Amino acid sequence: MSAALVVAAVILVALVVYTLTAGADFGGGVWDLLARGRTAAAEHRLIDRAIAPIWEANHVWLILVVVLLFVCFPAAYAGISTVLHIPLTVMLVGVVLRGSAFTFAAYDPMPGGGARRFRRLFAISSLLTPVALGVVLGAVSTAVEVDPRTGRVVGDFVSAWLEPYPFAVGLFVLALFAYLAAVYLIHEADDEALRVIFRRRAQVSGVLTGGAALLAFLVAREGAPRIHEGLVSAAWSTPLHLVTGAAALVALWALHRRRDHLARAAAMLQAALIVVGWGLAQYPYLAVPGYTIEGAAAPEGVLWPVLIALAAGSVLLLPALVYLVRVFKARPVRGDG
Amino acid sequence: MDDLLAARGQMALSLAFHIIFAIVGMGMPLLMVLAEWLYRRRGDLHYLELAKRWSKGTAIMFAVGAVSGTVLSFELGLLWPGFMAFAGPVIGMPFSLEGFAFFLEAIFLGIYLYGWERVSPRAHLAAGVMVLLSGSLSAVFVLCANAWMNTPQGFALVDGMPAEVDLWAAMLNPASLPEGLHMLTAAFCAVGFAVAGIHAAALLRGRTPDFHRRALGIAFAVGGVAAFLTPLTGHVAAEQVAHTQPVKLAAMEGQWDDERGAPLRLFGLPDEAREVTEYAIEVPKLLSFIAYADFDAEVKGLRSFPADERPPVAVTHLAFQVMILAGMAMMGVAALGGLALVRRRRLADTPGLLRLIVLASPLGVVAIEAGWTVTEVGRQPWVIYKIMRTAEAVTPMPGLWIPFTTFTALYLFLGAAVVVLLRRQVWVADHPEAEVAHE
Ligand code: HDD
Ligand code: HEM
Ligand code: HEM
Repeated sequence: MSAALVVAAVILVALVVYTLTAGADFGGGVWDLLARGRTAAAEHRLIDRAIAPIWEANHVWLILVVVLLFVCFPAAYAGISTVLHIPLTVMLVGVVLRGSAFTFAAYDPMPGGGARRFRRLFAISSLLTPVALGVVLGAVSTAVEVDPRTGRVVGDFVSAWLEPYPFAVGLFVLALFAYLAAVYLIHEADDEALRVIFRRRAQVSGVLTGGAALLAFLVAREGAPRIHEGLVSAAWSTPLHLVTGAAALVALWALHRRRDHLARAAAMLQAALIVVGWGLAQYPYLAVPGYTIEGAAAPEGVLWPVLIALAAGSVLLLPALVYLVRVFKARPVRGDG
Repeated sequence: MDDLLAARGQMALSLAFHIIFAIVGMGMPLLMVLAEWLYRRRGDLHYLELAKRWSKGTAIMFAVGAVSGTVLSFELGLLWPGFMAFAGPVIGMPFSLEGFAFFLEAIFLGIYLYGWERVSPRAHLAAGVMVLLSGSLSAVFVLCANAWMNTPQGFALVDGMPAEVDLWAAMLNPASLPEGLHMLTAAFCAVGFAVAGIHAAALLRGRTPDFHRRALGIAFAVGGVAAFLTPLTGHVAAEQVAHTQPVKLAAMEGQWDDERGAPLRLFGLPDEAREVTEYAIEVPKLLSFIAYADFDAEVKGLRSFPADERPPVAVTHLAFQVMILAGMAMMGVAALGGLALVRRRRLADTPGLLRLIVLASPLGVVAIEAGWTVTEVGRQPWVIYKIMRTAEAVTPMPGLWIPFTTFTALYLFLGAAVVVLLRRQVWVADHPEAEVAHE
């Protein structure tokens, strides 16, 4: 395997982890927006508790993707951020508003109207950001063109992403994140009434996710022919679809039977496979059609040391991460935290 | 507004915003760890309360630091694709390592903030120390990348692109150590003074003196010691600039002619059209001595460089003066504090000194913003010194004033929100009955 391919694989893994962690944080914001009625306060509390202890760490996966892109595929990073300047900026505004508004609401020692408004801002930007992220991912599969003479991207900064396909992907990402969050929140809830609510929501959003996936797939035939091609006729595509579909069905069944652990495992598997499927369908492109993985790669002399640093860093990081999870899975040992 | 100017403005704004939260992420862990350590040693509950209050404030700042840092890593590409296409691989090592340092910091901050009741006292203090170490480490890594822009090395130029990249040589370039040391001491200085000012103001208003006295003691000790170290590390940085970036030194000093035994200029206004620096107080031969440890060394003047390779002289010179003056003022206040201690007076009982501390509290942040202006504006017109011009690095995207305005508004709003919230945190420290449990 070439170094470039290994890096691309690491990027894909980071995207999977980002989906499973930060994705669910965004989804939590969506449910925050939809919390209504008598249980609304309890729902807010639940979402707070689920997001608070770990949220700072989650964006690191997106940063890892960005850093690996600019270190290992500098031309592609430059090209993508040039053509997709606008949706990326919208996404950034969303990231900033969401992260800070959540903190402002959670750390206000005298919560009142101000904290409520920040909560709303948090929820609304949680809706906006996944759509923008999806638009970026969608456009990366379709319209990042490079002029072969100058080696620079061509385009008018708008037409690459203002198309049905990227927005279909945006919708899909939003649905997926909300679905993941609902499934996780069943676990975080310590009261059966809330669990019932979120099981119901997980089922609804699970079905919506399936619908959005179908929509994106249909639009892809016209809008993203290469992805479509990969999804339909590559050697891996049928088995992958079957396993993904099976995971989705198992998750829905488990939700129905209140097998919450199984539901969570299946939903996570489903989400991970979706991201992996997208990555495989992109192969050998990093950004279609301008940049291939091998073509856009930095020299091997850069790639290997960075990979080694990544491996060494992970060895250091893993025990710390395990420790964090162990600390927070355990109930407080000494009184109430 | 022309697009290049808008891009420079947006980058400057985002960095100037981020750095405030970044230094808090570096400095506050030290204050918290000291407070907690004092609590463990003396069993004084005020210190425990202090560590908890401070960690709440830090969590707010950390969150904004994390999101504004996320924005920066995208902005490097959004605004400067030409720069990143060139420099990305070369400065990859510090940026990759920075990710790990930040991750460690976030993990242990989580344990520190939410783990009071979940881990043993020792483990909790150790988590605080880890936050401190990894926060400083992450800053040092980012600074290596910035230092490389000032003193690029570790690659060969082939057809205008880097080849034969030596990642370690690029990371450990001549400016890395001086910049890193100077930034670290500056961060502790600025945070120490800012926090000391907040608590000094509360003491002047006569609120819960037992609590604020202890807070002031820790913060002022940290800020005061760092106020003496920062000019020292700054001197190392200046020597480095003199050797590797003579044109930046000339702009910092408003030095137009080559001169043996060049004077150090205090104040003064460089006039770029007439190529003179007026109204300066000149200390004979001192610049030659500071820069090259020799009273008669030759300092290159701006006229020795082509006009299109000179940075904006007035901005660089003025920013440098602001940094130096702020540094001197803080050193003076720190010295008065030291004197009061020698005379066995309590800081809290000397209202005159408290007032001075309040006045000095923004100076560290002012000096940091000014110092960065020196570093970055003084590097112009290059984004990578002598390798790539800023104008070649900028994105072809038109209408950049739109994102510039958007981010300006956004950051103003966030800044205001942070100030309001921190004030509330301080206020409830004195009025615990006002604190409302979350619904
Ligand atoms: C509390 C803040 C503070 C204080 C009191 C000082 N500085 Fe500073 N200075 C900084 C905060 C700072 C900074 C913001 O942290 C910079 C920007 C880049 C860097 O590495 O540090 C900086 C940059 C900087 C540079 C440019 C480095 C470069 O471009 O590579 C020089 C030459 C100095 N400083 C020198 C000094 C001297 C001689 C000081 C004596 C009073 C001084 N600084 C006080
Ligand atoms: C171009 C310049 C910079 C970039 C691209 C950048 C990038 C980042 C990123 C991405 C994060 C958040 C990581 C995450 O959420 O996963 C971050 C946080 C941080 N950055 Fe920066 N940074 C820059 C400049 C600086 C500088 C100059 C310093 C310090 C001297 C610094 C110190 C920190 C610290 C300490 C944090 C942790 C957050 C906190 O403690 O508030 N950064 N930075
Ligand atoms: C956080 C502290 C920093 C501050 C306050 C700061 C400030 C500035 C300012 C004022 C400019 C505009 C200069 C001009 O165009 O006249 C600028 C430009 C820039 N800075 Fe920094 N800087 C910081 C750290 C860094 C770091 C750590 C990096 C890189 C890793 C960096 C990369 C850049 C780039 C790429 C530009 C745009 C190109 C240029 O104008 O040269 N900066 N910064």
